[in-house]
Amino acid sequence: MSRIITRRRFLIGATMTASALGLSGCDALVESDRTKSVLKIAESFSMKTQRFLLGDDALAREFTEADLSPVFRANGTSMPDNPQYLDWMNRQFSTWKLEIGGLVEKPMQLSLAELKALPARTQITRHDCVEGWSAIGKWTGVPLGALLKTVGLKPEARYIVFHCADEYEKSLDGSGWYYESIDLVDAFHPQTILAHTMNGRDLEVAHGAPLRLRVERQLGYKQAKYLTRIEAVADLGRLYGGSGGFWEDRGYEWYAGI
Amino acid sequence: MATIDAGAVTGRTVIYRHSLLVRLSHWVNVLCMTVLLFSGLQIFNAHPALYWGQYGADNDPSFISMEAVEDGDKAKGLTHVGSLTFNTTGFLGLSEVDGEATARGFPDWLTIPSYQDLASGRRWHFFFAWLFVINGFIYLAYGLLSRHFRRDLLPAGNELTPAHISHEIVNHARLRFPKGPEARHYNTLQKLTYVAVIFLLLPLMILTGLTMSPGFNAVAPWLLDVFGGRQSARTIHFLTAFSLVAFVMVHVAMVILSGVFNNLRSMITGWYAIEQEGKQ
Repeated sequence: MSRIITRRRFLIGATMTASALGLSGCDALVESDRTKSVLKIAESFSMKTQRFLLGDDALAREFTEADLSPVFRANGTSMPDNPQYLDWMNRQFSTWKLEIGGLVEKPMQLSLAELKALPARTQITRHDCVEGWSAIGKWTGVPLGALLKTVGLKPEARYIVFHCADEYEKSLDGSGWYYESIDLVDAFHPQTILAHTMNGRDLEVAHGAPLRLRVERQLGYKQAKYLTRIEAVADLGRLYGGSGGFWEDRGYEWYAGI
Repeated sequence: MATIDAGAVTGRTVIYRHSLLVRLSHWVNVLCMTVLLFSGLQIFNAHPALYWGQYGADNDPSFISMEAVEDGDKAKGLTHVGSLTFNTTGFLGLSEVDGEATARGFPDWLTIPSYQDLASGRRWHFFFAWLFVINGFIYLAYGLLSRHFRRDLLPAGNELTPAHISHEIVNHARLRFPKGPEARHYNTLQKLTYVAVIFLLLPLMILTGLTMSPGFNAVAPWLLDVFGGRQSARTIHFLTAFSLVAFVMVHVAMVILSGVFNNLRSMITGWYAIEQEGKQ
């Protein structure tokens, strides 16, 4: 994620911006790859600044039961249509398993019952969609950090990738499957949990049953639903579109803290 | 006309009014605020509704929202403000994109990019937000160190009397602008307006913007308490943006009415001509 603003890069940015105001064809400028690479400077600036100010463990605001949204809007896929998922669902997810693998010492599989038996954390937090709306919900789940300590990360692991059971955009090459990734700072953050319970009930299908990620210091698209597999990797370039997430592959920031 | 005083011959004196740093930061600010406004409207269009409090989504009451609804075999754009509903077809809620009626909050000529693209709108917004903040800090540091704020913007005690202010308001309303020695300084209304924009509205934009960031909420949770929640902060961000639009409209109108060439020259080269009193 490191990127240095060279004078050249800055001048390119300044010139392009100046021309943006003069031209009516702003859209061509928006679509230029050079513009995009200059604008990306802001993402790494935001991430570095926030991480510097945050430290690793600053907590997201936790609310009370009185603050819960009366209706928590479901977003993205609300019912995965792949046969494997439907089969799990019809069996109340008793045959579903979460796989943890990649760059780990002891890969493992956990059933929903096993996950629910593990020590859990409950938190009432705000979910912020990138579109602008927010909803407050109560989440209970297993701290991701504890699971990662159990399986043991290999030294070269830098990111944790979440593979999901919903193909959000139908495609022939499989590039439309939902996935997400976070780095180890967020993976070991105390509020980063794999939630199986929402507002005191089993997670509903519309909200990602049987298991979804909560990364409370980032936007909604990071909160991957319908988890099937967690993979520790050294870099994100080889997965799907290469940008570390379904929406990231479609232009959104990988660091979604802003 | 036998005098040798150039000022008296021409009836004007030229003074150095704006320092280089003020001029540069002014134009960088023009660029930033322009891009921030239009990319901000792009972001707003992704969810064209405003709420008050910690949360707010489709099922919660909003007090400003825009939508497109069916109207017979056509569609119309509606804007709701509190309990009032306005038909804003063609402008808000529903407008033409490439000749086709499309549901969108603000029309394509007010957004960057023109078509619906939240990801690009965000990238433009945050890039220029950084530029705006850096520019603002440089300007603030300069304003304090050079005594620009104290000398040029801080109203003197006698300027704040009701009599003085009402006198200025009357003059402004009649479009009678100061001449002679009085034109060397900002008048009280200008000072108060610039102070409000620089020290209230622009910082409010930055702080409410930061309050919408879940990461920054963990850094400074107290901001949520100051503004009453993320959704309140989003609403204040929007309303403050339009206060700034109103400021810019009046500002530009005043620039034009009080001598567009002279004003523009002073903000580009620094030099500003003052007409002597009693002469034209």
